[in-house]
Amino acid sequence: MATTPIDSELIAPPSQRIPGWLRKTLVFFAILSALCLLWEGYKAIGATTGDKIPFTNTPLPVRSDDSSMPHIASIVGALFLPAQRGNDTTVISILIQSALFTWREAIVGFLIGSVIGFALGVIFSRWLFLERGLMPYVVASQTVPLLAIAPMIVIWGSRLGWDTWIAVTIISAYLTFFPVTINTLRGLRSPDPTSVELMRSYASSEWQLLWKLRVPAALPYIFTALKISATASVIGAVIGELPSGIADGLGRVLLTYSYYYVSGPEKLYAAIIMAALLGITFTSIIIVIERIALAPQRRIND
Amino acid sequence: MNNYQPVVSIQSVSKVFNQGRDNSIKALDNINLDIQPGEFVSLLGPSGCGKSTLLRLIGDLTPPSNGSIRIKDKPAHQARLDRDYGMVFQQATLYDWRSVIKNVQLPLEVMNYPQDKRDVRAQEMLKLVQLEEFGKHYPWQLSGGMQQRVAIARALSFEPSILLMDEPFGALDEMTRERMQLEVLRIWSQTKTTVIFVTHSIPEAVFLSSRVVVMSVRPGRITGVIEIDLPRPRDVETREHPHFFEKITEVREMLRKGETA
Amino acid sequence: MSQPADLISAVEEELLPAAHPAQFSQRLRRYLPAIALFIIGLIVWEVIVVVFNIQGFLLPRPSVIASHFVEQFSIIVSDGLFTMREAVGGFFIGSILGVLVALATARWASISEGVMPFAIAINSTPIVALAPIMNNWFGITNPIAKMSIVAVIVFFPVMINVVRGLTQVNPAAIELMKSYAAGDFSVLSKTRIPNALPYLFSALKVASTLSVIGAIVSEYFGGSREALGVYISQQAALFHFAEAWSAIIVACLMGIAFYVIILLVERWVMPWHVSLRSTEE
Repeated sequence: MATTPIDSELIAPPSQRIPGWLRKTLVFFAILSALCLLWEGYKAIGATTGDKIPFTNTPLPVRSDDSSMPHIASIVGALFLPAQRGNDTTVISILIQSALFTWREAIVGFLIGSVIGFALGVIFSRWLFLERGLMPYVVASQTVPLLAIAPMIVIWGSRLGWDTWIAVTIISAYLTFFPVTINTLRGLRSPDPTSVELMRSYASSEWQLLWKLRVPAALPYIFTALKISATASVIGAVIGELPSGIADGLGRVLLTYSYYYVSGPEKLYAAIIMAALLGITFTSIIIVIERIALAPQRRIND
Repeated sequence: MNNYQPVVSIQSVSKVFNQGRDNSIKALDNINLDIQPGEFVSLLGPSGCGKSTLLRLIGDLTPPSNGSIRIKDKPAHQARLDRDYGMVFQQATLYDWRSVIKNVQLPLEVMNYPQDKRDVRAQEMLKLVQLEEFGKHYPWQLSGGMQQRVAIARALSFEPSILLMDEPFGALDEMTRERMQLEVLRIWSQTKTTVIFVTHSIPEAVFLSSRVVVMSVRPGRITGVIEIDLPRPRDVETREHPHFFEKITEVREMLRKGETA
Repeated sequence: MSQPADLISAVEEELLPAAHPAQFSQRLRRYLPAIALFIIGLIVWEVIVVVFNIQGFLLPRPSVIASHFVEQFSIIVSDGLFTMREAVGGFFIGSILGVLVALATARWASISEGVMPFAIAINSTPIVALAPIMNNWFGITNPIAKMSIVAVIVFFPVMINVVRGLTQVNPAAIELMKSYAAGDFSVLSKTRIPNALPYLFSALKVASTLSVIGAIVSEYFGGSREALGVYISQQAALFHFAEAWSAIIVACLMGIAFYVIILLVERWVMPWHVSLRSTEE
C-alpha cells in the first residue's frame, strides 16, 4: 500500500514551520498565562462588583478576597517568607526538606510495590486458577479508602517495632503494586502465540520462555504502569502521613498550613504546588529511565 | 466512446509530499488521463507508484501540487461537495456502533435524506449486494467479504456518479476475492456507475476492467494504458479464456517496461 | 500519557473476557476460585485470630466485624448515603465538565496538546491537599466543598480520555466522511463522539471508584460529622477497629456498586461493546 507519503503529510501539515517542541512549549506557557490571567481577572471582577456576577445580583461561586484566592504573586512570594516568626528558615526550604522526606517514603514504597506487583503478575500469568481466585480481591483492594486503613497500618507497625515512616511506606506500596500487577500480566500475555511456539520449538524451559520472551515483551507495559505508580506512590506517602503523626513530611506540612489557613493561605497553596512538583519530578525520572531502557518504537506513548 | 464528455479529466497532474522540505517526495509526475462515463478503469502498479494517491486526488481527499482534475467538467472539490463520489477502502471501515443497515444509511444521514427514503434506499442496496437478511447485524458478526459488500452498498447508496475503490479486496483471501470480483461486475452492470479501481493484482485488473492504467515508481507516472476487449458479461469462464492470458501477459510486459525505463 | 483509566480496560479484559460464557454453570466455574478463596480466607482469618490470640483492637475476627456491622447498621448506612451523595454529586460535576472541556479543546489539536502537561501535573498532585481550600471556598459544612474535590479527581481522567477518543479516530473513517462532503458537525456527531464513547466509559469506571475514595478522604479535613469518612477515622482513633472495618467494607461496596452501575449503563448505551460479543455467532 502506498500510504507512507500520506501518513507523513498527516503528521506534519505543510503549513506548519515551527518545530514541535517549541510549539508545545509556547502553547504550554500561553495556557499557563491564560490560567493566571483568569485567576487574577476573577479576583478583579469580584473586587469591583462586590463578589457578584457582573450586572446581576447573583453572588460569585467563590469569594475573591485574598484569603480565599491569594494573588499569584503572594503565593510565589510566600515561598521566601520565614516559616515561623523569629526564625530564618524560609517556607521553601521547609517545603523542600519535607518533600525530600516524603519522597524517601515514596521511593521505598514504590520499589516494594513494584517488586510485589511484578511478582504477582508473573504468578497470575503462570497459574490461571490463582488469577481467577485472587484477581477480584486485587481489584477490590483498590476500592478501600486508603486514608481509612492508614491508622491501622501505623498501629500494626508500631506493635512490630517499626519506625512510623515504614508504615507510610507500606501504604505507598499498597497504591503502587496494583498498576504494575495489571500491566505485567497484560504484557506477559502480549507475545503472539507463534513467538511462544517458536520458543517451544527450541525446547526452551518455562524459565527461559519467561525471561527471554515474556518479560522483554512486557517491558513497555511495565513502564507504562511504573509511570502511574510513581504518581500513586507520592500520593500514598502524603496520605499515609496524615494520620500517622509524622512531623517531617509533606502530609503534615499540608495539614499544619491548612490549620493556619486563615492567617496565611498562600503557604497552603505553595505547599500544594510543592506536592504537585514532587509527583511530576518522580514521574519525569521514570520517563527518563524508560527512554534509556526502551527503544523509541517500543514505548507506549499517549 | 470519444463522443462523450469525459467524466474524469486529469491534465498534467503532479503531487509532491512535504513540498519545500528536505523530506519531500515526488509521488506523481505529469499524469494525463481521461475516463469516460460508465467505464471500469483499473490503476495498476507496484507499491509506491502513487496509484492510491491518484485515486485520492480524483476524490479530492488531497489536493494536487500541479495540474487540473475535472469531474463532469467541474473542479474535483466541487464534485465532492456535489456528492459525486462513493469511496471503498481496503478496510471496510464500517462503524462498529452501527448495525449493517445503519452503516449503509450513514451517507444518507449526512446528506439529510428523509428517514423513509433512507430505509428504502438502504434496503435496496442490501438487496443489491445480497445481504438483505443481515441489516440488523453488527459489523463484527460478518465475514471480511460480507463487510466489504456492506461498504460497497454504503458507497452506492446515494447514487454517486463515480465509484472510487482503493484495493477493496486486498485483505480478502483468493477465493473470496474472485467471488467479490464477479459481484462487483454484476453491481457495475446494474448501476452503470463509472468505477476507478486501484489494485496490484494483474489478473484482477484484467478481469474487471475496460481499461488498465499501468503505472511505475519513482516518480509515479503512467507507463501505458491497455484496452481490455474481453467480451462481457465476464464470468468464471473468462478466467480460462486464452485471450485473458494474452492480456495478462501484455499488462505484465508493460509493467516490466516501466521498471526498466 | 499513561492513564489509570487504561488499567480499568485491562482489568476487564482479565476479569470479564470478551466471550461471555452463555451457560450459568460455565460462569459459576469461572468465578468459583474467587468464591472459594473468599470463604477459605474468612475461615483462616477467624482461626488465626483465635489460635494466636491476637488482640481484637489489632485485628478483629470476621464474625466480630459482622456483628458490629449489624449493631451499627443504621448509622453506617445513613453515613454511607451521605458520603455517597457527595461522591455522586462530584462525579457528575466532574465528568460533565470533563466532557465539555474535551469537546471544546479537541477541535484544536495544539490546545489539547498544551493542556496535557497540566493534566499530568494534576494527575500527580495529591488532590486531597485541595480539601482545606475547598472548605474555605464553599464553607466547611457545605457538601459542595467535598463534591468539588471529587469533581477535580474525576475531571482529568474523563477529559484526557474523551480528548483521546475524539482525536484518535481511524483516519479512513474521517476520509469516508470527507468523501460525503460532511460538515464538521456531522463528523463530530456521527464519527468522533461515538468513537469517544468507549474511552469515556473507561474513564467513568475509574472515576466511579475514585469518587467514593475521594469523598471519604476529603471528609478527613473536617465538615459534617454524619459522614462515613468521619465515622471511620473516629472509630479508628478510638481503637474500635471492628466498627471501623465494617464501615470500610461498606465503603468498598459503595465503590464497587457505583462501578457496576456505570458498567451496566455502558452496556446499555453501547450495545455494540466488545464484551457483549459472543463467539457463537
